[in-house]
Amino acid sequence: MTKTLFRTVCFAALLGAGLMASASAGRAADIKVGEINSYSALPAFTEPYRKGWQLAVEEVNANGGINGDKLVVISKDDGGKPGAAITAANELVSRDGVALITGGFLSNVGLAIADFAKQKRVVFVAGEPLTDAMIWSKGNDYTFRLRPSNYMQAAMLAEEAAKLPAKRWATVAPNYEYGQSAVAVFKELLKKARPDVEFVAEQWPPLGKIDGGAVAQALAAANPEAILNVEFGADLVQFVREGTTRGLFKDRSVVSFLTGEPEYLEPLKGEAPEGWIVTGYPWYSIDTPEHNAFKKAYEDKYGEHPYLGSVAGYIELKTVAEILRKAKSTEAEDLIAAAKGLKVDTPFGEITIRAIDHQSTFGSFVGKTAVKDGKGVMVDFTYKDGADYLPSDEEVKKLRPQG
Amino acid sequence: MSLYVVQFLTGLANAASLFLAACGLSVIFGVTRIVNFAHGAFYMLGAYVAFSLTLRLEGVVGFWAGIFLAAIIVAAIGALLEMLLLRRIYQAPELFQLLATFGVTLMVQDIVHMIWGAQDLVGPRAPGLQGAVQVMGLPVPTYDILLIILGPLVLGALWLLMHRTRWGVLVRAATEDRDMVAALGVNQKWLFTGVFTLGIFLAAFGGALQIPRTAVNHLMDLSIIAEVFVVVVIGGLGSITGAFLAAVLIAELNAFGILVLPGISLVLMFLVMAVVLVLRPWGFLGKPVSTDAKTIGETTRPWHPWSPTMAVLVAASVLLAAALPAVLGPYGLSIGAQILIAVIFAMSLQFQMSTGGLDSFGHAAYFGLGAYGAAFAIQWFQLPMELALIVGPLAGLVGALVFGWFCVRLSGVYFAMLTLAFAQITWSIAFQWVEVTGGDNGILGVWPSEWASSPAAFYWLTLAAAVLTVLILRHLVFSPFGYRLRGVRDSSVRAESIGISRQRTQYVAFAISGTAAGLAGALFAFLKGSIFPDALAIPTSIDALVMVLLGGVATVSGSVVGAIVYTMATIWLMSETDLSRLVLGGFIVFLVVAFPQGIVGSLSSFTSGSLERWRGRREASRPVALSAEASR
Amino acid sequence: MSNAPLLEVENLSKSYGGVQAVSGVTFSLMPGEMLALIGPNGAGKSTCFNMVGGQIPSNEGRVRIFGRDVAGLSPRQIWRLGVGRTFQVAQVFKSMTVRENVEAVFASHQAGWGLLARAGKAHRAEAEAVLDLIGMADFADRPCADMAYGDVKRLELAMALANDPKLLLMDEPAAGMAPMERIELMALTARIAKERQIGVLFTEHDMDVVFAHADRIMVLNRGQLIAEGEPEAVRNDPQVRAVYLGEGLVYDQAAAAGKASVR
Repeated sequence: MTKTLFRTVCFAALLGAGLMASASAGRAADIKVGEINSYSALPAFTEPYRKGWQLAVEEVNANGGINGDKLVVISKDDGGKPGAAITAANELVSRDGVALITGGFLSNVGLAIADFAKQKRVVFVAGEPLTDAMIWSKGNDYTFRLRPSNYMQAAMLAEEAAKLPAKRWATVAPNYEYGQSAVAVFKELLKKARPDVEFVAEQWPPLGKIDGGAVAQALAAANPEAILNVEFGADLVQFVREGTTRGLFKDRSVVSFLTGEPEYLEPLKGEAPEGWIVTGYPWYSIDTPEHNAFKKAYEDKYGEHPYLGSVAGYIELKTVAEILRKAKSTEAEDLIAAAKGLKVDTPFGEITIRAIDHQSTFGSFVGKTAVKDGKGVMVDFTYKDGADYLPSDEEVKKLRPQG
Repeated sequence: MSLYVVQFLTGLANAASLFLAACGLSVIFGVTRIVNFAHGAFYMLGAYVAFSLTLRLEGVVGFWAGIFLAAIIVAAIGALLEMLLLRRIYQAPELFQLLATFGVTLMVQDIVHMIWGAQDLVGPRAPGLQGAVQVMGLPVPTYDILLIILGPLVLGALWLLMHRTRWGVLVRAATEDRDMVAALGVNQKWLFTGVFTLGIFLAAFGGALQIPRTAVNHLMDLSIIAEVFVVVVIGGLGSITGAFLAAVLIAELNAFGILVLPGISLVLMFLVMAVVLVLRPWGFLGKPVSTDAKTIGETTRPWHPWSPTMAVLVAASVLLAAALPAVLGPYGLSIGAQILIAVIFAMSLQFQMSTGGLDSFGHAAYFGLGAYGAAFAIQWFQLPMELALIVGPLAGLVGALVFGWFCVRLSGVYFAMLTLAFAQITWSIAFQWVEVTGGDNGILGVWPSEWASSPAAFYWLTLAAAVLTVLILRHLVFSPFGYRLRGVRDSSVRAESIGISRQRTQYVAFAISGTAAGLAGALFAFLKGSIFPDALAIPTSIDALVMVLLGGVATVSGSVVGAIVYTMATIWLMSETDLSRLVLGGFIVFLVVAFPQGIVGSLSSFTSGSLERWRGRREASRPVALSAEASR
Repeated sequence: MSNAPLLEVENLSKSYGGVQAVSGVTFSLMPGEMLALIGPNGAGKSTCFNMVGGQIPSNEGRVRIFGRDVAGLSPRQIWRLGVGRTFQVAQVFKSMTVRENVEAVFASHQAGWGLLARAGKAHRAEAEAVLDLIGMADFADRPCADMAYGDVKRLELAMALANDPKLLLMDEPAAGMAPMERIELMALTARIAKERQIGVLFTEHDMDVVFAHADRIMVLNRGQLIAEGEPEAVRNDPQVRAVYLGEGLVYDQAAAAGKASVR
């Protein structure tokens, strides 16, 4: 009897009190932007990212804000879960009344927010999610994406791979959507450029649980001339160590997604693989005025060098500010109109947000890995403008739901 | 041929790693009956501490000293944890220690982040063992050879410890029969502390040994915990040799499996576990455990349906909840809906756990199947939401019927582990079969019908579903079926001897529970507008367990409160702090110590319970009660 | 009173890994008869019992209940034939009240799924009748977990009787009870058995209880029946005396006191 009484009281009190507390509305001053990312789940990537966008916000407000109004970013953690990201997005939109949402690292979180944005008619500027579905098959009017997509990275790498003499290829990629689509696009583009190429082995270790030795041995057994790698993080470390010890990379070309990003290359220290063709971010040797200015500001503020996440976060909030500045409104339709075709100056040069599929032309550096002073670095790199690695407009129209 | 030999050796090296990580868990469970969820956290701590030490200590001696020192330091932390936390809760219902160690795991995640930073750390390779030796013309890393030798060495050392020392003999005796050791006058307290420390030492040692192989990272704890559970269960809980055999089996199957089916790894382990448990319900070398849920019976006073007053109070609070849209904004209502969905999910597990005595570690499977069922109904068949909300629970039901058919053959922790295996298999399919499920990118566009699309309407919909679910499940507790189910839980021997089939009864309960979880999942998909494999993943199962245990496993519907408290705490902490896991973990540990019977269970013990018990004792002590009537 | 035996056991045998626990046991039980199975520890009494109750399969031999061969039947199928059972360590549902325990018995054989009804209402009257019979009506609402062991044993008997069985299997019904309670419990059992013509097979260590209530006694030693017959005959059997003297149990005292009365 009393047990149930307690339950009832608890039910009413907790539900009521908690929800009323959370219902208290925010103030309607400043220009508020909501930001969501997987801070607790993926700190290695999101911490530099956060520093990047914080720097951008500081600069924007120091230079007169958004047409005189202060830009305020309300940041939320999604814990790496799409469901939690939706809760956060809801809070930002319904309670805090933000003008738009930005952020995202994981593809699934990005897609969840994108679909939410479509449903609630809110603009979402996705920073880092890589999946092509974001702007193509699941693309919608409200969603924009900045970083070079899976397709673009694959296209850049396939171009380099096609120049190699190798005909027998093997692939290794984490067994989930990102790995599967990266391999699929790479294969398709390489086959188009080099019909004589054949793929002789595939390995699909589970994400975060690679059995490096067994995988390396299985790949070696197929005796390929070149290997495509999509592994990253701790899986990459294990794969590199086992592969090196077992001589897998000896006399073989390796083409690898993202490995040149300091987030992935730096932890490997002196054990970084040499001669891999990778996409990445050689912050130490880029010498352009835009990048030097960014790097100096970043290093002065934080006392550490920027990561790719830093650049992505920085560009993300710069772009958001430009959109708001150009739109002179916080209405979704005005923001969309402003964003389409918008040009933004970034540390990597000017980028354009394509009107046709809402993808930016933010590019990537492609080069080779090397070890210098006991550290992994990228050498012989060039910057590839994203605009050159996207399919033709006709193809995009087929890929993206129209109307 | 040489490939197979080398692949076999690689498998053996992996087996050694797995065994080292797992055998400590087995020893701990065997003696203390604790399902130590924090085992992965200690494994990770071992790796992190060893990373710091091996950077400072150089050379061959320095490296190995670093590894051992790391294991000793972490074992000391483990001992402290046992003495300060676990000792207080040995008397609590069995899974409460799991809850406490889960809280510790959360805390360790944030603490590791604070101490060692965010980035993956790559430690040194073992001095002198960086290279490879040629085996039949193929290179095998020297460090692998070391691991291959180390595995059996540790096994042998443990065997000697268990068979040649008095302490070891006591540990084995305690594994066989805990009460007997207590009767022998052994200081059980220190035996438990010792065993726990040994187990943690082994976990940390296993983690530290990974330094030369892979990067030390934040996900090490969760990525290893499922694997060690599997190894321990396949080997038989409490059996060290069994754990070794299981580790070898899994590692070898994996090493050769990927040659044939490169994507098999993730599913394989759980498939093996499912097959082994179906064939050998107690693993390779495990001993049968009692099927009766003792703890529930002893701490529970009999359950009663609501009294009329209470029914009125419940109705009033439901009306109050129904009036919330008048005061809450869209965000508050979406949180409200999420809490109500958590209530349905938690109640579905509570029905199975509390009433049925079936502790599930894989309840996410039915939640996820419900969500995916609804999403498929929308995406493939363009069904309206109303029908999708029927398809979802049906999907949960079908899943529960299929998996339950195997699961109810087992009991206790083995049952729980088999549910975990099926949940992981389901998750793997959702995660890896991209063509059908969309994989990690999930299924989008699962939004409610027009009439239910406003936050208030959807809130009312979930409220109606939650009230209905709670009422139906409560009714079932007091139905003839509910009596049978409780009977089976209390004493399956008695139940069988009065004509109740344990398996059939539990099977039906499992199916009911799966259906209700499916309803929660379907509503969840519509609340979020999309569904992803993480709805099927281990954390979702853990959430359900935590909600039930927080509410009180020995209550009929305490999980209603558990769900409200836990869901609100997680959402609020996620929104307000960067250290949500540290705070949440601390909160859980606090609740475990403060409310050893769950919130509702403990509250009612403090009040009505103490009165009833006092009255009960008085009556029981009246000596004349029986003899007078018996001699008529 | 019919003349057909309720229970016929023929040449029943069981071995565990080479150790012969029970070998070639043969006996039968008539309606209304109290048959005691005694023997020293490890004689095979419980094994014998569990084979009759269906808990353990036998290696050899036949068990017929009401003329039907029960080989391969599960405990619950045997229960459905009309066999009640109590255990050495009382098995009741500890999370329920006394009445609910008995109601659970009725809930168990109700047709259908039993999902719709309210168990507490559906079988209340029947449950109370059983509790009345056993003299526990006043305890109906007491939580089982709070009760003295003797009462728990009595409740177990009530549960065994709820199905209106024709055959009752009681494994040490009086174990763990105070001496006074033992006598009362057995007296009650004997009375009900006589009234309802229930055949009772029971094992017991307490020789007072055995000689006071058994109509017939069988003595098991090392898996074999060494004696069978009226209490008086068994008491004087030299083989039995040897077995029991070896154990140091002095059942003679019971005889000396001349307490074989109640039946």
